Amino acid sequence: MRLRDFRLWGLAPAWAIMALTLILPIGIVLLVSLATRGAYGGFDWGLSFDSYAKILFEEDWDGNLAFTPQYLLIIGRTLWLATLTTLICAALALPAAYTIAQAPGRWKPVLIYLVTLPFWVSMIVRVYAWIIILGNDGVIEKTLRGLGLVTDIGSLLFTDGAMLVGLVYSYIPLMILPVFASIEKLDGSLIEASHDLYGSRWVTARRVILPLSLPGVMAGAVLVFVPCLGAVLEPILLGGGKTMLMGNLIQTQFGGGRNWPFGAAIAVTLMVLVMIFLMLNALRARKGAAHG
Amino acid sequence: MRNKAIEVRDVAKSFGSFQALKGVSFDIYDNEFFTMLGPSGCGKTTLLRMIAGFEAPTSGSIRLHGRDIGAEPPHKRRVNTVFQSYALFPHMTLEANIAFALENLGWKRDRIRARVAQMLELVHMSQFANRRPAQLSGGQRQRIALARALASEPEVLLLDEPLSALDLKLRQAMRDELRELQRATGITFIFVTHDQEEALDMSDRICVLGAGEVQQIGTPGEVYEDPENRFVADFIGETNFLPAEVIGVEDGRATVRTPLGLVNTYQKGARVGASATLSLRPEKIGLDEQVPEGVERLRGVVSSRNYMGGYTHYTIAVNGVELRVSKRNAVSHSASLEPGRAVELGFRPDSARVLGQ
Repeated sequence: MRLRDFRLWGLAPAWAIMALTLILPIGIVLLVSLATRGAYGGFDWGLSFDSYAKILFEEDWDGNLAFTPQYLLIIGRTLWLATLTTLICAALALPAAYTIAQAPGRWKPVLIYLVTLPFWVSMIVRVYAWIIILGNDGVIEKTLRGLGLVTDIGSLLFTDGAMLVGLVYSYIPLMILPVFASIEKLDGSLIEASHDLYGSRWVTARRVILPLSLPGVMAGAVLVFVPCLGAVLEPILLGGGKTMLMGNLIQTQFGGGRNWPFGAAIAVTLMVLVMIFLMLNALRARKGAAHG
Repeated sequence: MRNKAIEVRDVAKSFGSFQALKGVSFDIYDNEFFTMLGPSGCGKTTLLRMIAGFEAPTSGSIRLHGRDIGAEPPHKRRVNTVFQSYALFPHMTLEANIAFALENLGWKRDRIRARVAQMLELVHMSQFANRRPAQLSGGQRQRIALARALASEPEVLLLDEPLSALDLKLRQAMRDELRELQRATGITFIFVTHDQEEALDMSDRICVLGAGEVQQIGTPGEVYEDPENRFVADFIGETNFLPAEVIGVEDGRATVRTPLGLVNTYQKGARVGASATLSLRPEKIGLDEQVPEGVERLRGVVSSRNYMGGYTHYTIAVNGVELRVSKRNAVSHSASLEPGRAVELGFRPDSARVLGQ
């Protein structure tokens, strides 16, 4: 067997796994999104773009299509919450990662372990924990009332804020780790040079540490932003299912709504958004590499 | 006396149980090229980092133009450093690197632009203003690091072994450039190195540090020709140490009995009856026709030789000791002395030094 053939066939197992676990399911979702809703639930195979049209238009009484922003709003809200989560994660992860990087050598592995600790607990349990913290008569409310600061703070739970807290909490380790990796690599004499050249701590953080840890922040942004777009647990448990995000919209369509083609269409839309984001990011990284 | 730029007083520094500096005191004057020289671990870099503000003394004080700077953070001190690795900001252009300090000092835009241009010109790098550090050679990075550190006209410039990353030829050229730059700017340079040749070549004064203590401070000529003790004589240049028995001491001179006979010359720390060392540099000893006139001629046998081009280094057995002697090859293709050959040698007693410790 020639080397070229071996290279081709040697990768066959990898290709098989890719085809079976990635290309096939995506293909099915794509096909389902082009199907039509069956009369008694389920769907009939076909080639119709009705489900995609439904994202923008709804059929009124007369069977005419009228523009509706309701799903666009959900997509917009999802993008907005994911962006906000990513920004907050970055803002919190930078000082956290810097502190870990500055810690004495034997503490570093311990601190990194603590960052990853939540991953050892089921995601559902971790999100549920926030219900206890934020809920009526929860830890926060009790504490505030105990201090006599407030008598009634209304509900903290089932708000966009609760959802945001949950998202940030869930995904911040994915930001801290890559940011830590890039700060760790940073040449300490650059920080000293900044101080030496009259740079205060703030100037040093903004003009030296931040730009040099940007590759880590961008890597972290992908790891946080992408799963945020598809988050299901946080909107259901912390948002109380009142505010829809794309994640629970899809879940609803496949579950209660029983409109598989529409759910699949939303899923494909989500996938396209993710791909656009990843491509922009890759383009930016390549541009940065060409400059740097 | 000139103005004191830096006053170091009883400065000690410990890292855990390790004493890096054991209480050193000295002054550095304005417009001086001052070198701290010593082997690695002697405390010279620690001292430099304390002047910069990256380390705090365990005890003692450091004054900058009369003001105690012990508690000032690095960014408040008008002291800049040229780092061993240069530490240029990789994400900034050379222009931005140089402007960094000036922006932090709150200079106006026009003034910064003019100053940056002036600094680039000073180090002959004007055409590279918009490059990034990664696009420069080692020597060019060195120049930018200098321009960046000098831009704000610091009260003192600290240089932490800045030539060690360069290759030999470039190092030689940069020595001249550094000296030139110091004269042109009139800024006090404090230079740290373990390379005695660099120190002798560039400095106005050298502070020889060893084992966390100041061993000697003096001009290059003083530390080389009149070493304070055995450590300095040994660390700077090559020398022969001969056992010496002190017979008499008077007016800074001593008479000692050595394997080479009785020698009367300058001394440091010699006491009658105590044992001492005679330090005799290889180039002070003449061989055959290079023996100085009017001195006692000794007889020896060549043990080995190393031809170095301009000089040949010989080891010569005399009266039971091995002496290192370097002979200037004054004539081209001077016949070199075969090992085993008998030679005559001699030295002026005043060129040797008696050292107490």
